[in-house]
Amino acid sequence: MSLVDLVVNNPLLLAEAALNGLLLGGVLALLALGLNLIFGVLDIVWIVYVDLAMLCMYLIYFTVQVYGWPLLLGAAAGIALGVVLGLAVHLLIITPILNSPPVNQLLATGGLLFFIQSFATFLWTTDHKTVRLSLPTLEFGGMFVSFSRLIAFGIAVLVMIGLYLFLTRTYIGTAIRAVSQDRGAMALMGANPQRVYLVTSAVGGMLAGVAAALLIIQYSVHPFFGAAFGPITFMICVLGGLGNMFGAFVAAFIMSEIISIGGVAWSSEMGYVIAFALFIVLMFIRPGGIFAKRQ
Amino acid sequence: MITRVLGLALLAAVALIPLVPMGGMSQYVLHVVIQIFIWSFIGNAWSLMGRFGLVSLGHGAFLGVGAYTTTLLWNFYGLTPWLGVFVAVAAAVAVALVVAYPCSRFGIVGHYFALVTLAMGEVIRLLLIAERDWTGGSLGLTLKSAGDASFLGIQYTDKRVFYYGAMVVWLLGLWVWHRLDRSMARAAMEAIGEDETAAASVGIHVSRFKLGVTALSAGLTAFGGVAYAQYIAYVNPETLSGVGVSLRIVFAVVLGGMYSLLGPTVGTALTISLSEYLRVKFGVHYIGMAETIYGLALVIFIIFLPAGIYGSLRGLFVRKRRAPAAARARA
Repeated sequence: MSLVDLVVNNPLLLAEAALNGLLLGGVLALLALGLNLIFGVLDIVWIVYVDLAMLCMYLIYFTVQVYGWPLLLGAAAGIALGVVLGLAVHLLIITPILNSPPVNQLLATGGLLFFIQSFATFLWTTDHKTVRLSLPTLEFGGMFVSFSRLIAFGIAVLVMIGLYLFLTRTYIGTAIRAVSQDRGAMALMGANPQRVYLVTSAVGGMLAGVAAALLIIQYSVHPFFGAAFGPITFMICVLGGLGNMFGAFVAAFIMSEIISIGGVAWSSEMGYVIAFALFIVLMFIRPGGIFAKRQ
Repeated sequence: MITRVLGLALLAAVALIPLVPMGGMSQYVLHVVIQIFIWSFIGNAWSLMGRFGLVSLGHGAFLGVGAYTTTLLWNFYGLTPWLGVFVAVAAAVAVALVVAYPCSRFGIVGHYFALVTLAMGEVIRLLLIAERDWTGGSLGLTLKSAGDASFLGIQYTDKRVFYYGAMVVWLLGLWVWHRLDRSMARAAMEAIGEDETAAASVGIHVSRFKLGVTALSAGLTAFGGVAYAQYIAYVNPETLSGVGVSLRIVFAVVLGGMYSLLGPTVGTALTISLSEYLRVKFGVHYIGMAETIYGLALVIFIIFLPAGIYGSLRGLFVRKRRAPAAARARA
């Protein structure tokens, strides 16, 4: 099947793919925003970011599916773990190498990625683990959409609004934005960057936890979950402009639409190939991200 | 002078390894050392770019393009890898230029460059999986057998042939590194790595040097990919082009130290020995344990030895030797 075929003969399938892409975009945007927040403030790409979310997914799986906690409580535990992981990564790994060359910082979190991936394989094997929910599938005029995706999208949007308010309306949020604009000047103004770094890492970790809670109701978790969703998350961040929140938000939807529609029109790999190829092309047209100001 | 003699003695010792009777172990030892040679060569190729601040996280793309080109040409058209390697290197250089030219033209550096190359690696990996009609998808592809010893197919069951072949390849990589290190290009590239605008303002042709180094690095990496595919006689998108492979190359080089001739070799020897040791130690009982320790070791090494192991040791050694000389000069 090709794209033209799809448009002409099966517009309903196309619309369904587009809608699913939109819903996937919400969760991807959340992950990208968390990563972008950390990058904007610390100038470090946490290659390990999606793997942290994966650990939170495992925790939610075990609390809900094995120990029988209610889903909301499990999700809260997952989010709490996200905060702890965010702080731990910052204190144990980033702090000692804050002034090292960027490649070393990137690789230190990359080493952590190897560690988490293999430790998860060691502890929980490569089995796919799923939280079983009996949520209905909704039908809109012939299109089928799973209710869990709809909920995930709604919560993702709410959390992003919350993040926006946090960054614009609170004192520490303003400080975070100030640091991401100019690290040196912020320290000169007498602010304590270490505190801002810690809050940022905690919030970034928390967003990974929220994303984990929204992902676990749609996908099963396995040790290579981070490898599956990691690259696309980085691409979204770069496409939107590293550190640019609004850009990441829009880029998430562009990428998820391409993946979803490309997946239906050709194959799921081709969906990703087109998304990554488009990413490379767009980088050449707008190196600073799609919403960067022209220099 | 002393270092040169020492180096030659060491080289002679390495060359004699296959002749040492080791009984049942010899095949395994040779296998490990061959892998060290090939991956050191690839690490060396990566460091040609990496040392000048062009940090690529997508060298798996070049490995994949190289290895699959010769394998497909051999399996479907019976073209000998001796000729196929030229096509493979040309293809990898073409891919590199398609990505690197705009990168250089539009000033994509640092994190952005690393992530663009990461995307490039993913594109190649996913294309290899998507084109499953020829490439076998994620199952990979086995080289069509050409008998026990075939010069045309570069297939030998005797590991000693590959041992000396891989050693020559490795030495070739070191020679290229040394040549670049002594050339004008090195000074130009260092200036570019420090500050592109300043380099351009003193008359350095920024794009030309960057593209040259990138093409050289990509071509050599593809060559390494071909060597690896010929030795293993099997290609797979994950083991050649995955993010994991690209990161492993970078890890080995950074661990060894990318600013010295033997850094990539030391780093590769260390990471491969470590992962082989852990694999043998834990084997099938604790799946994932070996990699877990490997990952942890990498994090610790990067935090505590940022200049790389060989780089740090060498720094210590050189400083000690220079100190008395400096004292004499002052007196």
